[in-house]
Amino acid sequence: MTKLLQWLLGVSILGVAWGIVTFDILDLRLPHVYKEVAWPMPVYLLVVFGCYSLATVGYRVATFNDCEEAAKELQAQIQEAKDDLKRKGLKM
Amino acid sequence: MASRRSDTKRRGDGDKYSVLLPTYNERENLPLIVWLLVKYFGESGYDYEIIVIDDGSPDGTLQVAEQLQKIYGEDKIVLRPRAQKLGLGTAYIHGIKHAKGNFIIIMDADLSHHPKFIPEFIKKQKEGGYDLVSGTRYKGDGGVYGWDLRRKLISRGANFITQVLLRPGASDLTGSFRLYKKEVLERLVEKCVSKGYVFQMEMIVRARQLGYTIGEVPISFVDRVYGESKLGGNEIVSFLKGLLTLFATT
Repeated sequence: MTKLLQWLLGVSILGVAWGIVTFDILDLRLPHVYKEVAWPMPVYLLVVFGCYSLATVGYRVATFNDCEEAAKELQAQIQEAKDDLKRKGLKM
Repeated sequence: MASRRSDTKRRGDGDKYSVLLPTYNERENLPLIVWLLVKYFGESGYDYEIIVIDDGSPDGTLQVAEQLQKIYGEDKIVLRPRAQKLGLGTAYIHGIKHAKGNFIIIMDADLSHHPKFIPEFIKKQKEGGYDLVSGTRYKGDGGVYGWDLRRKLISRGANFITQVLLRPGASDLTGSFRLYKKEVLERLVEKCVSKGYVFQMEMIVRARQLGYTIGEVPISFVDRVYGESKLGGNEIVSFLKGLLTLFATT
């Protein structure tokens, strides 16, 4: 099953469950509280996911390692390499 | 300077590592990356060869490669040039064809990938028997040098969307510094159809589909090219298109 189909399946199952609870489709006579909680769930979950995404990406950008040492080491090694290669006969 | 003795350490375990270096206009960088590869492979004692796949570079990259061959030997520097600039996938296929190694290492030739991580890749592969080992900029002490806030934001944002949509089981999908078992790389390149960044992503996604095991090693990515080639709207759009295609087809 492709990822797209997995998502559609998941969303459909949740959507049906939400519809059944919110609109009393199967005449389940659930307590009124269930309906009140279920009704705003889709929007609520979207907002929660949105906040989670922003927080996660923000955190990851803020903690993205800056490899200063690696850059310095590379610069030094480039010089070493150039000198050694010249000695070995490379014409740059 | 390292002593002569450590330069000629040899491990007799029969594994050989073929490094594929697709090049286009890398006349300046090629000698440097080869020097670093020779240094780190020499110190580690692993058997290796460096396969340079030059796509008809107008700046004389192939001539520099020939000089390097004279310096380091034709068994260590293998030239597999092509007449013109073709895709990365076909470069890998072309490079693998006469590769003598049972492992293939792919990396960029512009010094953004540092050969010092290769012994770590090898160690990781041996530890877990992994089918492929991927260098990651996003985990452990992996990281990047030379990126501004905008670039970091785009990178992390794109990676986040990719993780949510594809749940790939690897932290860095667009990275191209990897070690593969030869037969694994052959099989994957056959199956992959995307281009550019998305090609590297597709390789990991298909690897998971086929049940291959993936190990990760944190790497530092030193970008000296970013200033000249900004990540523009076009690339972002084609990345998203490619991502959605993978989402819908894998």
